[in-house]
Amino acid sequence: MTWLSAEDWQALALTLRLAAVVTAILFVVATPLAWWLARSRRRWKGVVGAVVALPLVLPPSVLGFYLLIALGPQGPVGQLTESLGLGRLPFSFWGLVLASVVYSLPFMVQPLQTAFEAIGERPLEVAATLRASPLDAFFTVALPLAGPGFLTGGILTFAHTVGEFGVVLMIGGNIPGVTRVVSVQIYDHVEALAYAHAHRLSAVMLVFSFVVLLAVYGWRGRPVAKGAA
Amino acid sequence: MKPSDLLLPWRLMMMTVVSALLSALLLLCTGTVLAAEASVAVASNFAPVMPALAAQFERDTGHQLGIAYGASGKFYAQIRNGAPFQVFLSADDEKPAQLEKDGAAVPGSRFTYAIGTLVLWSPKAGVVDAEGAVLAKGGFQKLALANPRLAPYGEAAMEVLRGLGLAARLQPTFVLGENITQAHQFAATGNAELAFVAQSQVWKDGRLASGSAWVVPARLHPPIRQDAVLLLPGRGQPAAEAFLAYLRSDKARAIIHKHGYSF
Repeated sequence: MTWLSAEDWQALALTLRLAAVVTAILFVVATPLAWWLARSRRRWKGVVGAVVALPLVLPPSVLGFYLLIALGPQGPVGQLTESLGLGRLPFSFWGLVLASVVYSLPFMVQPLQTAFEAIGERPLEVAATLRASPLDAFFTVALPLAGPGFLTGGILTFAHTVGEFGVVLMIGGNIPGVTRVVSVQIYDHVEALAYAHAHRLSAVMLVFSFVVLLAVYGWRGRPVAKGAA
Repeated sequence: MKPSDLLLPWRLMMMTVVSALLSALLLLCTGTVLAAEASVAVASNFAPVMPALAAQFERDTGHQLGIAYGASGKFYAQIRNGAPFQVFLSADDEKPAQLEKDGAAVPGSRFTYAIGTLVLWSPKAGVVDAEGAVLAKGGFQKLALANPRLAPYGEAAMEVLRGLGLAARLQPTFVLGENITQAHQFAATGNAELAFVAQSQVWKDGRLASGSAWVVPARLHPPIRQDAVLLLPGRGQPAAEAFLAYLRSDKARAIIHKHGYSF
């Protein structure tokens, strides 16, 4: 416990909680979106796909800036949350959750979309001939077949949220236990010239990130299980 | 109208182009001797002053400045790790001293170029009174300040709140910017009602640009001494040394003072 300070542990716990909540929300939000993207023939599917992928390309400073204004008292989201009695989102845990859901959206949607596309029409047509309703077929056929996509999407979303920095810095307000996540805590250590603290916490992040990626790539690279054929 | 009148603007233009080309050529040949460029790392709170200051310096001396703005702590780390800045204008007096101790700055080149003024500011008119009584009165959800652990303006703000006996009570309203620019931004976007900022950020032409403000009396906190230092890559560089000398000139001080700093 002396290796990391109490504040470091608090930041770690907060980061893991944030990542877990964001991943759970994105499972629910991204699944229908990815399903629609994988199966729709509509012309504006490309537009939706591009919007979903935007956070991959936009600098966190752009996202953070827009979120700060949109969630603020004069912004559309801010006015909505205030009229609903939810208060203001910037500088709060749920503000970070909302920002992270936006920021990590493509990391969940894209693996799921790929997994759904890989299933193809065939298994669902077969399910339909066996009188499965579309909803039934989705839950009993498509979801299990897309299992690896869910695993990849879940791990990438979780890891990406843990690694978030710029957006949190811009809308978090650096409140201990509420918005001060690990990346911000490390930044603080570096800025305060507390390099020993920064080293320790950075090492934790490095090992964590490596293990997560090893899990993803190890899963992808594993030999096909015998029963699968 | 005579034909020669019609030609006049054309001739003027040609003359301008030719003289511009000639001076560019001259600069190319002699630029390294006559005018040089100094790279300067500047603390964010001084950013509002630099454009006017740099323009005046460039006009007066012919030297050029390459300016980077940021948090002093970040600059410290970068300079320690070999960033090629020649001059460092810090937001405090500790980091330049530390750089000198580290052997990254030229010994004896340190001096205080400005003493900062802390201001409690709201982007709305009529929110902050001239005595800062709003702090005790309450009625706000968020108070933005620069992280006291990182930024001297944040440290000074904490000192003021402690002195007023309000630090513990207002703690739940704190939102911390990584530097004074972010503290200002939190209030400017309306996400915090109040912010402790540097006077330079809300002052224009010697008075408050917008909103309402309390200029915190200097006796309520230790002085925010901002030191400048010549870094090793700047040793013997005419532009860098000229800029440091210029910072102490009356002309420069008049500009700095107008933005809300004292000496």
